[in-house]
Amino acid sequence: MMDAQPAEGFVTADGRKIGGVVMEMKNITLRFGGVVAIKDISFDIREGEIRAIIGPNGAGKSSMLNVISGFYVPQEGEVIYKGQKRPPMKPYEVARQGIARTFQNIALFEGMTVLDNVMTGRLNYMNTGLLSQAMWWGKSQREEIENREVAEKIIDFLEIQNIRKTPVARLPYGLKKRVELARALAAQPSILLLDEPMAGMNVEEKEDMSRFILDVNDEFGTTIALIEHDMGVVMDLSDRVVVMDYGRKIGDGTPDEVRNNQEVIDAYLGVAHD
Amino acid sequence: MAAPSQDAGAIASIPALLDRNAKRFGNKPAYREKEFGIWQTWSWAEAKEEIEALALGLINLGVQPGDFIAIIGSNRPHLYWVFPAAQMVGAIPVPIYQDSAAEEMAYVLDHCGARFVVAEDQEQVDKVIEVQDQLHQFEHMIYLDPRGLRKYDHAKLHEYAHVQAMGRAAIDELTPELTARKSKLAYDDVCVMLYTSGTTGKPKGVVLSNRNIIETSKNSSEFDSLGPGDEVLAYLPMAWVGDFIFSIGQAMWTGFCVNCPESPETMVTDLREIGPTYYFAPPRVFEGQLTNVMIRMEDASKFKKRLFDKYMAHARKVGGKILDGESVSAGDRFKYWLGNLFVYGPLKNSLGLSRVRVGYTAGEAIGPEIFHFYRSLGINLKQLYGQTEASVFITQQPDGQVRSDTVGVASPGVELKIGDNGEVYYRSPGVFEYYYKNEESTKSTKDAEGWVATGDAGFIEPDSGHLRIIDRAKDVGKMANGALFAPKYVENKLKFFPNILEAVVFGNGREECTAFLNIDLNAVGNWAERHNLAYSSYTELAGHPKVLEMMKGHVEEVNASVAEDEMLSGCQVHRFVVLHKQLDPDDGEITRTGKVRRRTVDEKFADIITALYDGSEEIATRTEVTYEDGRKGYISATLKIVKAKTVPASAPKAVAAE
Repeated sequence: MMDAQPAEGFVTADGRKIGGVVMEMKNITLRFGGVVAIKDISFDIREGEIRAIIGPNGAGKSSMLNVISGFYVPQEGEVIYKGQKRPPMKPYEVARQGIARTFQNIALFEGMTVLDNVMTGRLNYMNTGLLSQAMWWGKSQREEIENREVAEKIIDFLEIQNIRKTPVARLPYGLKKRVELARALAAQPSILLLDEPMAGMNVEEKEDMSRFILDVNDEFGTTIALIEHDMGVVMDLSDRVVVMDYGRKIGDGTPDEVRNNQEVIDAYLGVAHD
Repeated sequence: MAAPSQDAGAIASIPALLDRNAKRFGNKPAYREKEFGIWQTWSWAEAKEEIEALALGLINLGVQPGDFIAIIGSNRPHLYWVFPAAQMVGAIPVPIYQDSAAEEMAYVLDHCGARFVVAEDQEQVDKVIEVQDQLHQFEHMIYLDPRGLRKYDHAKLHEYAHVQAMGRAAIDELTPELTARKSKLAYDDVCVMLYTSGTTGKPKGVVLSNRNIIETSKNSSEFDSLGPGDEVLAYLPMAWVGDFIFSIGQAMWTGFCVNCPESPETMVTDLREIGPTYYFAPPRVFEGQLTNVMIRMEDASKFKKRLFDKYMAHARKVGGKILDGESVSAGDRFKYWLGNLFVYGPLKNSLGLSRVRVGYTAGEAIGPEIFHFYRSLGINLKQLYGQTEASVFITQQPDGQVRSDTVGVASPGVELKIGDNGEVYYRSPGVFEYYYKNEESTKSTKDAEGWVATGDAGFIEPDSGHLRIIDRAKDVGKMANGALFAPKYVENKLKFFPNILEAVVFGNGREECTAFLNIDLNAVGNWAERHNLAYSSYTELAGHPKVLEMMKGHVEEVNASVAEDEMLSGCQVHRFVVLHKQLDPDDGEITRTGKVRRRTVDEKFADIITALYDGSEEIATRTEVTYEDGRKGYISATLKIVKAKTVPASAPKAVAAE
C-alpha cells in the first residue's frame, strides 16, 4: 500500500497526534452465498485519526463496518487489532475490546430516557451482579456513581443536558443521532465506528454533528472510522479516505489524493461498468 | 442619609462586602451551579478563595488599576467571580451581552479600550479573535471552558483555571500587592461599567460607582426584607443592570445564594429544582410560561380542564385580595385553600414558583391578564420601573399596593418629578456618575442638581402616589388632527394577546394609525395545529388568511378598548400587516433586551409603511436577514394589508368617567 506517513506516528498540521496503526484489514473478502460483498480489501486505521469509508450505494461500506465491528466474519483475510490477529468473535466481545459503534438506523431503547440509554454504554464497566445492583449498596452504588459521572461528562460534552430525562421516543431525529453518539462514547472506545452519522439530517444538524465528531476526536483522542454519503462532510472531516465501489477498493489516501483519483471520479460520475 | 454613609467607612466596595460575607456566613452556600447533572456549591469562604486566586492571577497577568476587563458569557459562578476579582485589583469590569455579534462586541470593546477579556467558551473566543485587529488596546483573553481551544495559539489566550493556578502559586509574592490595591478602593470609585442596549444610536457606557451599587442594593434589599436565606436563579444576561444588581449587588449585600442554571435550555427544570424565593423575569418570560400552561391545559383531560377552569375562576375572584391582605369571606378562603391543594399548589410547583416570596417584573408593560393570573395563584409578583442610569430602581410596588397599570411609588431614597413636557425625572443615590467618553450625553441626561431624565412620559396618580408610564417621551407625538399619539400604549394592548409577539404602531403626523404585527410562533403554531392548518414556514403561517382574520379580531378588540380613553382614542389602528419575519436583534430591529428600534424599522420597512397609507391591497417585499453566524440572506413575501374596524371617536363612552 502506498503510504507516505511514518509508521511510528506524527503530528498533523493542526496539532493532533496521529499514532501508529491500531487496526489493519488484510485481504478481506466477504461473501453472502454467491454475492461477493467485499473483494480482497486491505487498509489500516491509525490511532487518533478520522478514517472515512465512502462509496456509491451498494459498494459494501456497511458490510466493511460490520466486519470491523465483528458482526460479520469474513471468509478470507484477517483483522489485526492492536498488533494481534483477531479470531472470529461475537460483537459483544469486540465491544469489550474497545470498539463502539452507532447505527445507520438509530438503535436506541426508545422507551428509556437519554440518560439511561447513555448509561447502557457503560455496561462493560459494571461488574457487580444484578442482586447487588438492586440493593444499591456498597460497591454497586460506588460503581453506579462512577459510571454516572462518565455519562454526565459526555452529556455535557454533547450538550444534551436539557433532554437528560426525556424518553428517547419523544426526541427528533437529529437529537436521537446525538444520543446514539453519546452512548457509543460512554463506552470510552479506542475505535469509534459511525455508520452514516449525518444521514437524514438538515444542513444545520450536519454542521453540529461534524463539530461534535471533530471535538470528540480532538478532545478524547478517539480513533474514528466513519461511513458517510455526504462527500463534502467526508472531505472536510477525515484525515484519510478509503473509496469502495462494487466491493472493491478503488482509492485510498488523503481527501485531496482521493478527489483527484480518476477511478473515484468515474465511480461517482457514473461511468458505465463492464 | 446617615446610615449608609456610616457604612461607607467600613464597607466601600464589593470586595469589602465579600470579605464581610466570608467572615459572617463562612460555610453558607454563596453560589451554586448545575454541572454534570448535580448542583455544585461554593460557600462564601470557598468563593472568596476562588476569587482571590483569580485576582492574584490577574495581577500576575499584568492587570493595572483602571484597566477595563470585559466579561462575555452566560450566567456562571466563575464569570460572576470575575467582577469582584477585577474590582480587587483596581480594574473595572464590563460585562457584554453574550449573544452580540462580533461587530457589536468590537464597538464596545474598542470604546472602553478593554485590555483584558474573560470569555466563556470557544464561541465567544472566536468572536473576539475575529475582531481583535480592530482593538488596539486588547492584550489578553482568559477563557473558562477549554473545549475546542487546545489547538489555538496561546500567546494571548489563558485558561481560567490556569490563571487561578498561577495566582495561587504566587500567593506569597503577590498578596501584599493585592492587599494594597484592595485597601485603596474608595466609595466613589468606579464599581462597574454597563452598556445600555440603546434603542437609538450606539450603546453608551454607564459608569456606576461603589456608592451607587452599595446604597441601591442596601435600600432595595431592605424594601423587600431580603435576607441571607433567600435564593435567586441567575439566568438573565449578565450585561444587564438588573442582573448585576440582583446577582451581585444585592447578593453581596444580603449574602443570599446565587444559583446558575446548567444551560439556557434547562432553565425551567433548574428553576423547579431550586425554587427561588426572590425571582425576577421580564414580562415575556411570564407570558411564555402562561402560554405554555394554557397550551398544556388545552391538551389535558376533560376532568382536569374543568377542575382547572373552575378553580382558576375562583382564584381570579379572591386570590389577589388574599395576597393583598384584604378581607375575604371564610367560605371563599376555604375554597381557595382547596384550590391551592388541587390546582394552584401543583401548578406553582411545576412552574418552579412555589417558594417565591418576592417576584418582580419590569422592562416592559405586563398584560393585566397575565399579571393577575400569577397574583391570583398567590405569587407575590410586583412591578418596578428602573433603568441602568439609576442602578435599576426608580419606582417599585410595596407589598399590598400592587396594580397592573402602575409601576409603584418612588423607591427608598429616590425623588421623582414630572417635567413640563410630561417627562419623568428622578434623583437618587443610585444615579450614575457619567457616560464613559460621552460628556455631551451625560450633560443632556443629568443636570447639575443630579436630576436625570428618564426619557419616558408619565404622570403620578394624585390619590395613590403611584407612577404611571405612558410611553417613551420622544415617541409621543401628535396626529395630523392634533390628537395625542402614544404608540407604545396601543402596542402594549396588542401584545397582551398571546398570539401577538410584537407590534409597531405608526401614525405620528398622519391622519390614521396603522400597525405591523409579529405573530407568536409558539401560540399561533399551536393554534394552527389544533385547527388543522398546514404551514411550512413562519412566513407562510404569518400570511395565512385564517391567521390574518384572527389578528383582525385582536386589533378590533384593541380599537374598542383604545376608544374608551378620550385622550388616546385617535390611536386606533385602521390598517395593519402581519410581518413575514420576526423582528430580531441580529437585524437591529429590536434591542438585545427586546425594545423596538423605531427608526430602523421605519427605514427598513419603508415600502410596507408606504403601502399602508397609499391604499394598496397588498405589497410585495424583500427583506434582508442576518443569521446567527453573521451571514446575510433575504426573505421575500407578499403581504396583505388588512383593514380593521374602528370605533368612532365621537361614540359615547359606555362607562362614565370617574
